[in-house]
Amino acid sequence: MRRVVVTGIGVISAIGRNRSEFEQSLREGRSGIGQFTNPAFSELRFQNAAEVLGFSPEEHFAPKDADMLDRFAQFAIVAAREAVAQSGIEWTPALKENTAIITGSCVGGKNTEDQGFWDVYKMGKPRVHPMTIPKTMANAGASAISLEFGITGPAFTISTACASSAHAIAQAFNMVRMGQCEVALTGGSEAPFSFGILKAWEAMRVVSPTVCRPFSKQRDGMTLGEGAAMFVIESLERAVARGARPIAEIAGSGMSSDAHHITQPSPEGAAKAIRMALSDAGIEAERTGYVNAHGTGTTVNDPSETQALLLAFGDHARRFAVSSTKAMHGHTLGAAGAIESAATILALSTGVLPPTLNYIEADPLCGDLDFLPNHACKADVEYAISNSFAFGGLNAVLAFRRL
Amino acid sequence: MPEDEITPRVLRIIAETQRKDPDTVTVDSSFEELGIDSMDAVNIIFGLENEFNINVPDEEVRNIKSVRDMVEGVRKLCGAS
Repeated sequence: MRRVVVTGIGVISAIGRNRSEFEQSLREGRSGIGQFTNPAFSELRFQNAAEVLGFSPEEHFAPKDADMLDRFAQFAIVAAREAVAQSGIEWTPALKENTAIITGSCVGGKNTEDQGFWDVYKMGKPRVHPMTIPKTMANAGASAISLEFGITGPAFTISTACASSAHAIAQAFNMVRMGQCEVALTGGSEAPFSFGILKAWEAMRVVSPTVCRPFSKQRDGMTLGEGAAMFVIESLERAVARGARPIAEIAGSGMSSDAHHITQPSPEGAAKAIRMALSDAGIEAERTGYVNAHGTGTTVNDPSETQALLLAFGDHARRFAVSSTKAMHGHTLGAAGAIESAATILALSTGVLPPTLNYIEADPLCGDLDFLPNHACKADVEYAISNSFAFGGLNAVLAFRRL
Repeated sequence: MPEDEITPRVLRIIAETQRKDPDTVTVDSSFEELGIDSMDAVNIIFGLENEFNINVPDEEVRNIKSVRDMVEGVRKLCGAS
Protein backbone atom coordinates (compact mmCIF):
# COMPACT_ATOMS: atom_id res chain seq x y z
CA MET A 1 0.00 0.00 0.00
CA ARG A 2 1.15 3.53 -0.73
CA ARG A 3 1.83 6.08 1.97
CA VAL A 4 -0.47 9.06 1.47
CA VAL A 5 0.50 12.66 2.12
CA VAL A 6 -1.18 16.04 2.09
CA THR A 7 0.55 18.50 -0.24
CA GLY A 8 -2.02 21.29 -0.31
CA ILE A 9 -4.48 22.79 2.17
CA GLY A 10 -7.17 25.36 1.49
CA VAL A 11 -9.44 26.81 4.16
CA ILE A 12 -12.20 29.36 4.37
CA SER A 13 -13.86 29.76 7.75
CA ALA A 14 -15.08 32.20 10.35
CA ILE A 15 -11.52 32.46 11.68
CA GLY A 16 -9.77 32.94 8.38
CA ARG A 17 -10.58 33.44 4.75
CA ASN A 18 -7.47 31.51 3.78
CA ARG A 19 -5.02 29.01 5.27
CA SER A 20 -2.61 31.49 6.80
CA GLU A 21 -5.34 33.56 8.49
CA PHE A 22 -6.86 30.33 9.78
CA GLU A 23 -3.52 29.15 11.16
CA GLN A 24 -2.88 32.47 12.85
CA SER A 25 -6.31 32.47 14.50
CA LEU A 26 -5.78 28.94 15.84
CA ARG A 27 -2.42 29.95 17.23
CA GLU A 28 -3.81 33.11 18.85
CA GLY A 29 -7.00 31.47 20.05
CA ARG A 30 -9.17 33.94 18.18
CA SER A 31 -12.90 33.27 18.06
CA GLY A 32 -14.95 33.67 14.91
CA ILE A 33 -18.23 33.59 16.78
CA GLY A 34 -20.44 36.66 16.72
CA GLN A 35 -24.01 37.79 16.36
CA PHE A 36 -25.84 36.85 13.15
CA THR A 37 -25.39 39.54 10.54
CA ASN A 38 -28.71 38.70 8.87
CA PRO A 39 -31.50 40.66 10.63
CA ALA A 40 -33.99 38.01 9.49
CA PHE A 41 -32.54 35.72 12.16
CA SER A 42 -33.12 38.14 15.04
CA GLU A 43 -36.12 36.23 16.43
CA LEU A 44 -34.25 32.95 16.87
CA ARG A 45 -33.59 31.71 20.40
CA PHE A 46 -29.86 31.69 19.65
CA GLN A 47 -28.15 34.73 18.18
CA ASN A 48 -24.54 33.65 17.77
CA ALA A 49 -22.90 31.85 14.90
CA ALA A 50 -19.50 31.47 13.26
CA GLU A 51 -20.03 33.22 9.94
CA VAL A 52 -17.51 33.82 7.17
CA LEU A 53 -17.62 37.61 7.22
CA GLY A 54 -16.69 39.78 4.31
CA PHE A 55 -16.96 37.02 1.73
CA SER A 56 -17.77 38.56 -1.59
CA PRO A 57 -18.46 36.03 -4.36
CA GLU A 58 -17.49 38.66 -6.93
CA GLU A 59 -13.93 38.62 -5.62
CA HIS A 60 -13.66 34.96 -6.54
CA PHE A 61 -16.03 34.39 -9.46
CA ALA A 62 -17.29 36.04 -12.59
CA PRO A 63 -20.79 37.31 -11.73
CA LYS A 64 -22.48 34.78 -14.01
CA ASP A 65 -20.53 31.90 -12.44
CA ALA A 66 -21.30 33.12 -8.92
CA ASP A 67 -25.02 33.05 -9.78
CA MET A 68 -24.76 29.37 -10.62
CA LEU A 69 -23.24 28.36 -7.29
CA ASP A 70 -24.76 28.18 -3.84
CA ARG A 71 -22.57 29.66 -1.10
CA PHE A 72 -21.48 26.18 0.03
CA ALA A 73 -20.19 25.36 -3.47
CA GLN A 74 -18.45 28.74 -3.68
CA PHE A 75 -16.64 27.90 -0.45
CA ALA A 76 -15.68 24.50 -1.87
CA ILE A 77 -14.08 26.10 -4.93
CA VAL A 78 -12.27 28.81 -2.98
CA ALA A 79 -10.74 26.22 -0.65
CA ALA A 80 -9.90 23.83 -3.50
CA ARG A 81 -8.11 26.60 -5.42
CA GLU A 82 -5.95 27.40 -2.41
CA ALA A 83 -5.11 23.74 -1.82
CA VAL A 84 -4.21 23.20 -5.46
CA ALA A 85 -2.07 26.35 -5.53
CA GLN A 86 -0.12 25.24 -2.47
CA SER A 87 0.40 21.73 -3.82
CA GLY A 88 2.02 23.09 -6.99
CA ILE A 89 0.29 20.33 -8.99
CA GLU A 90 0.51 20.63 -12.74
CA TRP A 91 -2.62 19.34 -14.40
CA THR A 92 -1.48 17.18 -17.29
CA PRO A 93 -4.23 15.44 -19.29
CA ALA A 94 -3.23 12.07 -17.78
CA LEU A 95 -3.32 13.42 -14.23
CA LYS A 96 -6.76 14.97 -14.72
CA GLU A 97 -8.03 11.51 -15.65
CA ASN A 98 -6.40 9.98 -12.60
CA THR A 99 -7.54 12.45 -9.97
CA ALA A 100 -10.53 11.84 -7.69
CA ILE A 101 -12.73 14.42 -6.00
CA ILE A 102 -14.41 13.27 -2.81
CA THR A 103 -16.22 15.95 -0.84
CA GLY A 104 -18.45 16.00 2.20
CA SER A 105 -21.51 18.13 2.90
CA CYS A 106 -24.44 17.73 5.23
CA VAL A 107 -27.06 20.18 3.94
CA GLY A 108 -25.61 20.98 0.50
CA GLY A 109 -27.23 23.97 -1.15
CA LYS A 110 -30.31 24.13 1.04
CA ASN A 111 -29.93 27.93 1.26
CA THR A 112 -30.90 28.07 -2.38
CA GLU A 113 -33.73 25.61 -1.84
CA ASP A 114 -35.00 27.52 1.18
CA GLN A 115 -35.15 30.71 -0.88
CA GLY A 116 -37.08 28.97 -3.64
CA PHE A 117 -39.53 27.37 -1.24
CA TRP A 118 -40.04 30.69 0.52
CA ASP A 119 -40.91 32.23 -2.84
CA VAL A 120 -43.52 29.62 -3.73
CA TYR A 121 -44.95 28.77 -0.31
CA LYS A 122 -44.92 32.14 1.37
CA MET A 123 -44.72 34.73 -1.36
CA GLY A 124 -47.07 32.87 -3.67
CA LYS A 125 -44.72 33.20 -6.61
CA PRO A 126 -45.50 30.86 -9.48
CA ARG A 127 -41.96 29.51 -10.00
CA VAL A 128 -38.55 28.93 -8.42
CA HIS A 129 -35.19 29.66 -10.02
CA PRO A 130 -34.45 27.10 -12.75
CA MET A 131 -31.04 26.32 -11.26
CA THR A 132 -32.50 25.41 -7.86
CA ILE A 133 -31.92 21.68 -8.34
CA PRO A 134 -28.26 21.81 -9.50
CA LYS A 135 -27.43 24.52 -6.96
CA THR A 136 -29.02 22.54 -4.13
CA MET A 137 -27.54 19.09 -4.80
CA ALA A 138 -25.00 18.03 -2.18
CA ASN A 139 -22.48 17.18 -4.89
CA ALA A 140 -22.58 20.69 -6.36
CA GLY A 141 -19.23 21.42 -4.69
CA ALA A 142 -17.56 18.29 -6.09
CA SER A 143 -18.99 18.98 -9.55
CA ALA A 144 -17.86 22.61 -9.46
CA ILE A 145 -14.31 21.52 -8.53
CA SER A 146 -14.33 19.02 -11.40
CA LEU A 147 -15.39 21.74 -13.83
CA GLU A 148 -12.90 24.22 -12.41
CA PHE A 149 -9.85 22.03 -12.99
CA GLY A 150 -11.11 19.76 -15.75
CA ILE A 151 -10.72 16.70 -13.54
CA THR A 152 -12.39 13.63 -14.99
CA GLY A 153 -11.65 10.91 -12.42
CA PRO A 154 -14.14 9.54 -9.90
CA ALA A 155 -16.01 12.32 -8.09
CA PHE A 156 -18.73 12.09 -5.51
CA THR A 157 -20.01 13.49 -2.24
CA ILE A 158 -20.51 11.79 1.07
CA SER A 159 -23.27 13.00 3.35
CA THR A 160 -23.09 11.63 6.86
CA ALA A 161 -24.18 14.68 8.85
CA CYS A 162 -21.35 16.00 11.02
CA ALA A 163 -18.92 13.29 9.90
CA SER A 164 -19.42 13.92 6.15
CA SER A 165 -16.03 15.34 5.30
CA ALA A 166 -14.14 13.02 7.66
CA HIS A 167 -15.72 10.11 5.80
CA ALA A 168 -14.88 11.83 2.51
CA ILE A 169 -11.21 12.24 3.46
CA ALA A 170 -11.08 8.64 4.68
CA GLN A 171 -12.49 7.48 1.37
CA ALA A 172 -10.08 9.60 -0.68
CA PHE A 173 -7.16 8.48 1.49
CA ASN A 174 -8.00 4.83 0.92
CA MET A 175 -8.41 5.35 -2.83
CA VAL A 176 -4.99 6.96 -3.15
CA ARG A 177 -3.50 4.38 -0.83
CA MET A 178 -4.82 1.50 -2.93
CA GLY A 179 -3.78 3.10 -6.19
CA GLN A 180 -7.32 3.71 -7.45
CA CYS A 181 -6.28 7.26 -8.26
CA GLU A 182 -3.04 9.21 -8.36
CA VAL A 183 -4.22 12.34 -6.64
CA ALA A 184 -7.38 13.26 -4.78
CA LEU A 185 -8.98 16.55 -3.95
CA THR A 186 -10.94 16.00 -0.79
CA GLY A 187 -12.53 17.86 2.09
CA GLY A 188 -15.90 19.41 2.77
CA SER A 189 -17.95 22.56 2.68
CA GLU A 190 -21.06 23.87 4.34
CA ALA A 191 -23.18 27.03 4.41
CA PRO A 192 -26.13 26.19 6.65
CA PHE A 193 -27.40 29.65 7.54
CA SER A 194 -30.90 29.75 6.14
CA PHE A 195 -33.94 30.55 8.22
CA GLY A 196 -35.54 27.13 7.73
CA ILE A 197 -32.42 25.22 8.73
CA LEU A 198 -31.82 27.45 11.74
CA LYS A 199 -35.43 26.96 12.90
CA ALA A 200 -34.83 23.20 12.72
CA TRP A 201 -31.70 23.55 14.88
CA GLU A 202 -33.62 25.77 17.28
CA ALA A 203 -36.29 23.10 17.63
CA MET A 204 -33.68 20.50 18.49
CA ARG A 205 -32.47 22.58 21.43
CA VAL A 206 -28.81 21.76 21.04
CA VAL A 207 -27.55 25.20 20.00
CA SER A 208 -26.05 27.40 22.69
CA PRO A 209 -27.82 30.66 23.54
CA THR A 210 -24.34 31.99 24.37
CA VAL A 211 -21.17 30.47 22.90
CA CYS A 212 -19.86 26.97 22.46
CA ARG A 213 -17.75 25.94 25.50
CA PRO A 214 -16.48 22.45 24.76
CA PHE A 215 -15.78 20.22 27.78
CA SER A 216 -16.48 23.09 30.17
CA LYS A 217 -18.97 22.59 33.00
CA GLN A 218 -20.92 25.66 31.88
CA ARG A 219 -21.39 24.42 28.30
CA ASP A 220 -24.90 24.83 26.97
CA GLY A 221 -24.74 23.70 23.37
CA MET A 222 -22.99 24.09 20.05
CA THR A 223 -22.46 27.17 17.92
CA LEU A 224 -23.14 26.62 14.23
CA GLY A 225 -20.51 27.60 11.69
CA GLU A 226 -19.93 27.71 7.96
CA GLY A 227 -16.91 27.27 5.72
CA ALA A 228 -14.82 24.75 3.85
CA ALA A 229 -11.48 23.02 3.83
CA MET A 230 -10.00 21.10 0.93
CA PHE A 231 -6.83 19.07 0.57
CA VAL A 232 -4.67 17.81 -2.24
CA ILE A 233 -3.53 14.33 -1.30
CA GLU A 234 -1.24 11.98 -3.20
CA SER A 235 1.25 9.19 -2.59
CA LEU A 236 4.42 10.11 -0.75
CA GLU A 237 6.40 8.66 -3.60
CA ARG A 238 4.66 10.83 -6.17
CA ALA A 239 5.00 13.97 -4.08
CA VAL A 240 8.71 13.43 -3.57
CA ALA A 241 9.27 12.58 -7.23
CA ARG A 242 7.75 15.85 -8.39
CA GLY A 243 9.64 17.83 -5.79
CA ALA A 244 6.60 18.82 -3.72
CA ARG A 245 6.84 19.39 0.00
CA PRO A 246 4.50 17.04 1.90
CA ILE A 247 2.85 18.83 4.82
CA ALA A 248 1.74 15.75 6.75
CA GLU A 249 0.90 12.12 6.23
CA ILE A 250 -2.58 10.66 6.50
CA ALA A 251 -1.60 7.62 8.50
CA GLY A 252 -4.91 5.87 9.03
CA SER A 253 -8.67 6.05 9.16
CA GLY A 254 -11.28 4.38 11.33
CA MET A 255 -15.03 4.25 10.81
CA SER A 256 -17.85 2.74 12.83
CA SER A 257 -21.55 3.03 13.54
CA ASP A 258 -23.09 3.03 17.00
CA ALA A 259 -26.36 1.17 16.36
CA HIS A 260 -27.41 2.89 19.57
CA HIS A 261 -29.56 6.01 19.10
CA ILE A 262 -30.40 8.41 16.30
CA THR A 263 -28.97 11.46 18.10
CA GLN A 264 -27.23 10.33 21.30
CA PRO A 265 -23.64 9.20 20.88
CA SER A 266 -22.22 5.99 22.23
CA PRO A 267 -18.74 6.01 23.75
CA GLU A 268 -18.18 2.44 22.55
CA GLY A 269 -18.90 3.29 18.91
CA ALA A 270 -16.59 6.30 18.99
CA ALA A 271 -13.86 4.34 20.79
CA LYS A 272 -14.09 1.64 18.14
CA ALA A 273 -13.46 4.17 15.36
CA ILE A 274 -10.50 5.63 17.27
CA ARG A 275 -8.98 2.19 17.81
CA MET A 276 -9.48 1.35 14.15
CA ALA A 277 -7.73 4.55 13.06
CA LEU A 278 -4.73 3.79 15.28
CA SER A 279 -4.58 0.20 14.17
CA ASP A 280 -4.92 1.26 10.51
CA ALA A 281 -2.01 3.67 11.05
CA GLY A 282 -0.07 0.81 12.62
CA ILE A 283 0.74 2.71 15.79
CA GLU A 284 0.37 2.08 19.50
CA ALA A 285 -2.08 4.38 21.28
CA GLU A 286 0.80 5.89 23.30
CA ARG A 287 2.28 7.56 20.24
CA THR A 288 -0.67 9.91 19.89
CA GLY A 289 0.17 13.38 21.21
CA TYR A 290 -2.86 15.44 20.26
CA VAL A 291 -6.57 14.88 19.70
CA ASN A 292 -8.68 17.38 17.82
CA ALA A 293 -11.96 16.44 19.43
CA HIS A 294 -15.42 16.43 17.93
CA GLY A 295 -16.15 18.52 21.06
CA THR A 296 -19.46 20.10 20.09
CA GLY A 297 -20.11 21.66 23.48
CA THR A 298 -23.45 19.91 23.89
CA THR A 299 -24.47 18.38 27.19
CA VAL A 300 -24.30 14.89 25.77
CA ASN A 301 -21.36 14.83 23.33
CA ASP A 302 -18.51 15.97 25.49
CA PRO A 303 -18.80 13.44 28.36
CA SER A 304 -19.42 10.69 25.83
CA GLU A 305 -16.33 11.67 23.83
CA THR A 306 -14.25 11.84 27.01
CA GLN A 307 -15.42 8.33 27.81
CA ALA A 308 -14.52 7.20 24.29
CA LEU A 309 -11.00 8.62 24.64
CA LEU A 310 -10.55 6.82 27.95
CA LEU A 311 -11.84 3.59 26.44
CA ALA A 312 -9.54 3.83 23.42
CA PHE A 313 -6.41 5.24 25.06
CA GLY A 314 -6.73 4.16 28.68
CA ASP A 315 -4.51 6.14 30.99
CA HIS A 316 -2.65 7.66 28.05
CA ALA A 317 -5.72 9.89 27.49
CA ARG A 318 -4.59 11.84 30.57
CA ARG A 319 -1.16 12.46 29.08
CA PHE A 320 -1.92 13.98 25.70
CA ALA A 321 -3.63 17.23 24.77
CA VAL A 322 -7.24 17.33 23.61
CA SER A 323 -8.87 20.43 22.19
CA SER A 324 -12.03 21.32 20.35
CA THR A 325 -11.49 24.10 17.84
CA LYS A 326 -15.28 24.37 17.36
CA ALA A 327 -15.23 27.11 20.00
CA MET A 328 -13.38 29.18 17.37
CA HIS A 329 -14.77 28.20 13.93
CA GLY A 330 -18.11 26.83 15.11
CA HIS A 331 -19.65 23.51 14.26
CA THR A 332 -19.49 23.51 10.48
CA LEU A 333 -21.45 20.24 10.15
CA GLY A 334 -20.45 18.58 6.89
CA ALA A 335 -17.29 20.68 6.69
CA ALA A 336 -16.28 20.01 10.30
CA GLY A 337 -14.14 16.94 9.63
CA ALA A 338 -12.21 18.82 6.94
CA ILE A 339 -11.74 22.12 8.78
CA GLU A 340 -10.68 20.23 11.91
CA SER A 341 -8.34 18.01 9.89
CA ALA A 342 -6.75 21.22 8.63
CA ALA A 343 -6.38 22.42 12.23
CA THR A 344 -4.87 19.07 13.21
CA ILE A 345 -2.38 19.02 10.33
CA LEU A 346 -1.36 22.62 11.00
CA ALA A 347 -0.88 21.76 14.68
CA LEU A 348 1.49 18.95 13.68
CA SER A 349 3.40 20.96 11.11
CA THR A 350 3.75 24.16 13.15
CA GLY A 351 4.15 22.55 16.58
CA VAL A 352 1.42 24.74 18.06
CA LEU A 353 -1.63 22.95 19.46
CA PRO A 354 -4.80 25.07 19.25
CA PRO A 355 -6.74 25.70 22.46
CA THR A 356 -10.28 24.95 23.58
CA LEU A 357 -11.68 28.45 23.78
CA ASN A 358 -14.42 29.75 26.13
CA TYR A 359 -13.42 27.19 28.75
CA ILE A 360 -14.43 28.23 32.26
CA GLU A 361 -14.34 25.28 34.61
CA ALA A 362 -13.71 21.53 34.52
CA ASP A 363 -16.73 19.26 34.37
CA PRO A 364 -16.37 16.08 36.44
CA LEU A 365 -18.31 14.33 33.65
CA CYS A 366 -15.44 15.16 31.29
CA GLY A 367 -12.83 13.75 33.60
CA ASP A 368 -9.37 15.12 34.17
CA LEU A 369 -8.09 15.30 30.61
CA ASP A 370 -5.98 18.21 29.40
CA PHE A 371 -8.39 20.21 27.22
CA LEU A 372 -5.89 23.00 26.54
CA PRO A 373 -8.17 25.65 28.04
CA ASN A 374 -8.08 29.02 26.28
CA HIS A 375 -4.41 29.13 25.27
CA ALA A 376 -2.49 27.37 22.55
CA CYS A 377 0.60 25.46 23.57
CA LYS A 378 3.79 24.48 21.82
CA ALA A 379 4.34 20.77 21.52
CA ASP A 380 6.33 18.46 19.35
CA VAL A 381 3.77 15.87 18.36
CA GLU A 382 4.30 13.06 15.87
CA TYR A 383 0.80 11.60 15.65
CA ALA A 384 -2.56 13.31 16.08
CA ILE A 385 -6.13 12.26 15.45
CA SER A 386 -9.24 14.17 14.45
CA ASN A 387 -12.61 12.88 15.67
CA SER A 388 -15.92 13.29 13.89
CA PHE A 389 -19.08 11.77 15.33
CA ALA A 390 -22.33 12.32 13.46
CA PHE A 391 -25.98 12.27 14.36
CA GLY A 392 -27.19 8.87 13.34
CA GLY A 393 -24.30 7.33 15.25
CA LEU A 394 -21.80 7.39 12.38
CA ASN A 395 -18.17 7.89 13.39
CA ALA A 396 -15.05 8.70 11.40
CA VAL A 397 -11.57 9.23 12.85
CA LEU A 398 -8.49 10.26 10.91
CA ALA A 399 -4.92 9.77 12.09
CA PHE A 400 -2.23 12.16 10.86
CA ARG A 401 1.53 12.05 11.15
CA ARG A 402 4.01 14.91 11.16
CA LEU A 403 6.61 14.71 8.41
CA MET B 1 -57.11 28.41 32.20
CA PRO B 2 -58.47 26.23 35.04
CA GLU B 3 -55.59 24.45 36.66
CA ASP B 4 -57.20 21.02 36.54
CA GLU B 5 -57.42 21.27 32.77
CA ILE B 6 -53.67 21.37 32.32
CA THR B 7 -52.67 18.00 33.75
CA PRO B 8 -54.83 15.75 31.53
CA ARG B 9 -53.80 17.68 28.44
CA VAL B 10 -50.09 17.34 29.27
CA LEU B 11 -50.56 13.62 29.90
CA ARG B 12 -52.42 13.25 26.62
CA ILE B 13 -49.65 15.00 24.67
CA ILE B 14 -47.03 12.77 26.30
CA ALA B 15 -49.03 9.65 25.45
CA GLU B 16 -49.62 10.82 21.87
CA THR B 17 -46.01 11.78 21.28
CA GLN B 18 -44.70 8.58 22.81
CA ARG B 19 -47.40 6.49 21.11
CA LYS B 20 -48.42 5.06 24.45
CA ASP B 21 -51.76 4.02 25.92
CA PRO B 22 -52.95 7.21 27.74
CA ASP B 23 -53.84 5.10 30.79
CA THR B 24 -50.18 4.26 31.31
CA VAL B 25 -49.08 7.90 31.69
CA THR B 26 -49.58 9.50 35.09
CA VAL B 27 -48.23 12.59 36.79
CA ASP B 28 -46.06 10.35 38.90
CA SER B 29 -44.57 8.40 35.99
CA SER B 30 -40.83 8.78 35.68
CA PHE B 31 -39.19 9.35 32.31
CA GLU B 32 -37.40 6.07 32.88
CA GLU B 33 -40.67 4.14 33.30
CA LEU B 34 -42.02 5.70 30.13
CA GLY B 35 -38.77 5.14 28.21
CA ILE B 36 -38.36 8.88 27.56
CA ASP B 37 -34.84 9.97 26.60
CA SER B 38 -33.63 13.53 26.07
CA MET B 39 -34.67 13.67 22.41
CA ASP B 40 -38.12 12.26 23.29
CA ALA B 41 -38.44 15.03 25.87
CA VAL B 42 -37.68 17.63 23.20
CA ASN B 43 -40.39 16.05 21.01
CA ILE B 44 -42.92 16.14 23.84
CA ILE B 45 -42.11 19.77 24.61
CA PHE B 46 -42.67 20.60 20.94
CA GLY B 47 -46.11 18.99 21.32
CA LEU B 48 -46.78 20.97 24.50
CA GLU B 49 -45.73 24.25 22.87
CA ASN B 50 -48.25 23.65 20.10
CA GLU B 51 -50.99 22.42 22.43
CA PHE B 52 -50.78 25.33 24.86
CA ASN B 53 -49.42 27.96 22.47
CA ILE B 54 -46.41 28.61 24.68
CA ASN B 55 -42.65 28.90 24.15
CA VAL B 56 -40.48 26.85 26.44
CA PRO B 57 -37.00 28.37 26.82
CA ASP B 58 -33.97 26.09 26.36
CA GLU B 59 -32.81 26.57 29.94
CA GLU B 60 -36.19 25.36 31.25
CA VAL B 61 -35.92 22.27 29.08
CA ARG B 62 -32.65 21.31 30.70
CA ASN B 63 -34.35 21.24 34.09
CA ILE B 64 -37.24 19.04 33.08
CA LYS B 65 -36.65 15.55 34.42
CA SER B 66 -40.14 14.14 35.00
CA VAL B 67 -43.79 14.27 33.93
CA ARG B 68 -44.51 16.36 36.99
CA ASP B 69 -41.85 18.88 35.88
CA MET B 70 -43.64 19.11 32.54
CA VAL B 71 -47.02 19.77 34.15
CA GLU B 72 -45.51 22.35 36.49
CA GLY B 73 -43.59 23.98 33.67
CA VAL B 74 -46.69 24.30 31.47
CA ARG B 75 -48.70 25.63 34.41
CA LYS B 76 -46.11 28.31 35.03
CA LEU B 77 -45.94 29.34 31.37
CA CYS B 78 -49.73 29.42 31.08
CA GLY B 79 -49.88 31.80 34.01
CA ALA B 80 -51.92 29.49 36.25
CA SER B 81 -50.90 29.57 39.86
